[in-house]
Amino acid sequence: MSAVLEVEDLHKSFGGIKAVRGVSFSVRKGEILGIIGPNGCGKSTLFNCILGQLDPTAGRVRLNGEDVTGLRPSDLNRRGVGRTFQLLQVFPDLTVRENLILAGQEHHGSMIGRLFGPRDAGLTASADTMIGFFKLDHLADAKAGGLSYGQQKLLDAAMAFMAGPQIVLLDEPAGGVNLTMLASLKERLRAMNEELGATFVVIEHNMEFVMSLCTRVVVLAEGAVLAEGTPAEVRANPAVMEAYLGH
Amino acid sequence: MTAETDTAPAALAVRRPGGRIDAALVTILAGALILWFAPVGMGRYGTYVLTLWLVMAIAVMGLNLTLGVAGLKSLAQAAFMGIGAYATGLLTAKMGLSWYPAFAISAVATFAVGLVVGFPALRVKAHYLAFVTLAFTSLVWLFLRNEQWLTGGTFGLPNIPRPTLLGTRLDDALSFHRFVVVVTAALTLMIWWLMRSPWGRAFLALRENPVRAASLGVDVRAYTLLAFAIGSAYGGMAGALYAPLVEFIDPSPFAISASFFLLLMVVAGGSGYLFGPFIGALLGVVLPEWLRFTGGLYLIIFAAIVLLLLIVCPKGVLGLAEQALGAVVRRFRRTS
Repeated sequence: MSAVLEVEDLHKSFGGIKAVRGVSFSVRKGEILGIIGPNGCGKSTLFNCILGQLDPTAGRVRLNGEDVTGLRPSDLNRRGVGRTFQLLQVFPDLTVRENLILAGQEHHGSMIGRLFGPRDAGLTASADTMIGFFKLDHLADAKAGGLSYGQQKLLDAAMAFMAGPQIVLLDEPAGGVNLTMLASLKERLRAMNEELGATFVVIEHNMEFVMSLCTRVVVLAEGAVLAEGTPAEVRANPAVMEAYLGH
Repeated sequence: MTAETDTAPAALAVRRPGGRIDAALVTILAGALILWFAPVGMGRYGTYVLTLWLVMAIAVMGLNLTLGVAGLKSLAQAAFMGIGAYATGLLTAKMGLSWYPAFAISAVATFAVGLVVGFPALRVKAHYLAFVTLAFTSLVWLFLRNEQWLTGGTFGLPNIPRPTLLGTRLDDALSFHRFVVVVTAALTLMIWWLMRSPWGRAFLALRENPVRAASLGVDVRAYTLLAFAIGSAYGGMAGALYAPLVEFIDPSPFAISASFFLLLMVVAGGSGYLFGPFIGALLGVVLPEWLRFTGGLYLIIFAAIVLLLLIVCPKGVLGLAEQALGAVVRRFRRTS
């Protein structure tokens, strides 16, 4: 299968500190790639360099073969890159439905067209479908700020998928979510992948979540790739056990 | 209520929802009707205060969009009002242009200047942006005061004519008031349209979380500049009505203190609410007039009322009203 996302020899330094050192990997269409590593190994910095929040010191990022290194986050999103954040980021004063409409509206029509077009940018039906898929039906008209943490995580993930992205990067989706909600989140993400062939990259500390969801795992240590392979291969790698799993 | 779906959503489907009567739209139209007849029996001065309230409400509406909706802390609204007032004054009194093109030029000019002044908003946020816009207000005020050849300086610009409608000049207070009512209603409808459009949602996203907004494809740069420029144009249009209302302008109403006063009106009315500017301008323009019977104490009493109001309801009068309404609705639901 062709690579949707390619990261090539990416470096990021902050003064004398090298946070990311020559990281390369690719993500194929329909794949769920997990990125794991101990705290401070450069996972979030790597994500921020890929997603245009930080300018990489060196290296390239390609989306479907096109160089997108250093593009603004909004431009990247409009080219089909969705994301969630480590810390929950929904719009508390908007309803669940309005959050989802917002997540899709900039992908539809021109700016002037949106001003004179329908109030919902014609996305109510899509938003309701997404609400149903993520099992938030009873909360469609509730303000997002009033939802539980787990429900907000589901909404956050739903927003990342609203515009039909080519790839979604999920930053610690399981963080702070209770076990019931976590199972629901995992099940929904898997359904997205199996039914639509959605492609993900997941940064996560929850090993069980990563190992049971991802088809391939990249292990980072001290800003560089330590190992790469299937969850079983990574589990069996002695270097990974020593650096991260502590076994 | 939506239907629960277990299969993954296939694509971004688009549909146009059917129309529905909006309570805000009804309020705007009913308000305009009431204000049309409100000055009857009020006399010339009472009508003038009512008209001034509407003119200030337009300026506050613009700042409410920039600050209350999009979260950009601007202290330049008085400067934009000044630019609009002087542009209209010069074009009509000195160059003999009709008020209508002068109004349009004032709106376009302040929109353009707002775009330029909005650029720092892309780099600096919060109180740093407030300082930048404060400097701009000072600059405009100094220009209006010092460039006497153009603006008349401290001597001001006299004999600004009122607009003409169907061949009749709106010289009497009542007919000009009714003209302002129509313009205010039209501008409120435009803001209502804007706030309920996808642009309004994008402006709110800018205020609440610009980083997340960008990750959803919202062009933070474009929307920031638009929020600034549209808000500025409202300041300019308010100025274009202010000049023929008072018929004489000098730089003093457009000084830094006026920008703070407009900010106070946004906050006191209810920042981000569609009708907040009308409540805020009522407090800022009409309340001091009602308190004039107290003689020299009226400004002290006015300041005390505003202080108390902001302590009791930091979200403004409409924020308090929304809170109270929410409590009543919850109580009603519990009992039923």
